[in-house]
Amino acid sequence: MLQEKARLIRQDIVRMIGAAGSGHPGGSLSGVEIVTALYFHVLRHDPRRPDWPERDRFILSKGHAAPLLYAALAESGYFPKEELWTLRRLGSRLQGHPDCKSLPGVEISTGSLGQGLAVANGLALAGRLDGRDYRVYVLLGDGELEEGMVWEAAMAAAHYNLDKVMAFVDHNHLQIDGRVEEVMSPEPVAEKFRSFGWHVIEIDGHDFRQILAAVEEARRTSGRPTVAVAETVKGKGVSFMENQVDWHGVAPKPEQVARALAELES
Amino acid sequence: MEKIATREAYGRALVDLGRLERRIVVLDADLSKSTKTEYFAKEFPERFFNMGIAEQNLMGTAAGLALAGKIPFASTFAVFAAGRAYDQIRNTIAYPRLNVKIAATHAGLSVGEDGASHQALEDIALMRALPNMTVIVPADAEETRQAVKAAAEHYGPVYLRLGRMNVPRIYGNDYRFILGKADWLRRGHMATIIACGLMVAEALRAQEMLAAQGLEVGVLNMSTIKPLDREAVMEAAETGAIVTAEEHNVVGGLGSAVAEALVEMKPVPMKRVGVQDVFGESGSAEELLTKYGLTAGAILEAVKEVIRRK
Ligand SMILES: Cc1ncc(C[n+]2csc(CCOP(=O)(O)OP(=O)(O)O)c2C)c(N)n1
Ligand SMILES: [Mg+2]
Repeated sequence: MLQEKARLIRQDIVRMIGAAGSGHPGGSLSGVEIVTALYFHVLRHDPRRPDWPERDRFILSKGHAAPLLYAALAESGYFPKEELWTLRRLGSRLQGHPDCKSLPGVEISTGSLGQGLAVANGLALAGRLDGRDYRVYVLLGDGELEEGMVWEAAMAAAHYNLDKVMAFVDHNHLQIDGRVEEVMSPEPVAEKFRSFGWHVIEIDGHDFRQILAAVEEARRTSGRPTVAVAETVKGKGVSFMENQVDWHGVAPKPEQVARALAELES
Repeated sequence: MEKIATREAYGRALVDLGRLERRIVVLDADLSKSTKTEYFAKEFPERFFNMGIAEQNLMGTAAGLALAGKIPFASTFAVFAAGRAYDQIRNTIAYPRLNVKIAATHAGLSVGEDGASHQALEDIALMRALPNMTVIVPADAEETRQAVKAAAEHYGPVYLRLGRMNVPRIYGNDYRFILGKADWLRRGHMATIIACGLMVAEALRAQEMLAAQGLEVGVLNMSTIKPLDREAVMEAAETGAIVTAEEHNVVGGLGSAVAEALVEMKPVPMKRVGVQDVFGESGSAEELLTKYGLTAGAILEAVKEVIRRK
């Protein structure tokens, strides 16, 4: 079931960005299993009540992967799927980067990298004050880890024992200007989080079993936040996009969309 | 006519500058393909530093390089340069008056489809409010080329505001950009349009349309927003009415700078064409410029209004 959802979401992403003529396929595709697992197995949420106070929250800190979030929201029923094809158009609720004022299900506007984890901390602190038990999940890019603010927030999450916060690092080893290890290495990622006081789990970010097991482990971990450092492939699922830095922020042309969709049929 | 983006002209100018001046160093924050500092990186890899997605560190490092006698050009998108790293620019570059050149690309609505999060509409305001800071918004490729050189020759912090979109050529290489001097592109006695950046081309189109209707107006390219050419503003005021045009919030930008000078020297009817204190959104650059009234047509209407108010 999750596998099938992931396939649909990949198709949505490719078609959406193809129709828009611009957007970020690589980092949308690398996070598909993580986001699919969250929306279709993990999150306590109700698409008919996006403002339900008890809902679990998901924050797409790497906001340029908006097509991934939009596909998951549409497949969940937050808005009609047809709306996906309006991505990035004038007047669309599907802005180039997620806009929480326009689209139900978007918890916070993102697009300026590095800011999502702090917001998650704020939500978790509020949940604690209000006696609510919702959990907050965040998806970070590995290039995004270069922002100092990520580490300010990492420090704060551990300091305040925010065990309702779980972060995923989409560790696809690419940013815009090249491999993260070459542009500005965030390595060793797992050890950094560990030394910041986090519970760290290293997983294959395309393996649902490992993703779900990590979520379970995070639930059982009290007193500290958990991060799953997820090994992923940028452009995953579309052969000609996989591990290609040039597919970070370029839209596929119609014939490329067709090829990608054909690959995603089987 | 060949159109070229000011960021493209910037990238090329940096390479020329790098050949002439060894103290030039360039820093970027994982956007070198977009800001076009990749040309310099290719030519002078040892003088190029990619700081990764870390704009605050980008500015701080540029400050250190300047402190040791280098002439750093630090580039990223305008939202992240002026916004994310504002305190680093304020306290560690402008206050100590360090020789850092901040070349910020993808300013304004013409970023297009990426949407509001990426469309800097307040960067002129932010940079203009800093003592010691020079703010330049070139109108085309040739002016950019010369402004980059002028910025390097000027000692002190400079903010260069550049665009993503291809824009028409306004100047040939007979033009001479002078830091702090506005350029009279057209003279006319009934009103003056003061513009910067890609709105200069729109101002020229508006001027033609107005001339066809018998209305003679001047066009002044205010490419240096700070220090503002107050003499040129005074001259413009002699025409009795002023319209400003900028790809920026009307709060705090070119229009505000001109208005501040006018009220202290010679108030005349004035109108500010620009983004009316709202965030942008996704859409094509052309659609957005039209929707938010950054067009020759909007300038034309504004000119007629200020002339009526004379
Ligand atoms: C503060 C900030 N700086 C720069 C950018 C421009 N930008 C968008 S995506 C990106 C690279 C992101 O790399 P990574 O986090 O690894 O994302 P992924 O590989 O998952 O797409 C950059 C530099 C931005 N959106 N925000
Ligand atoms: Mg990455």
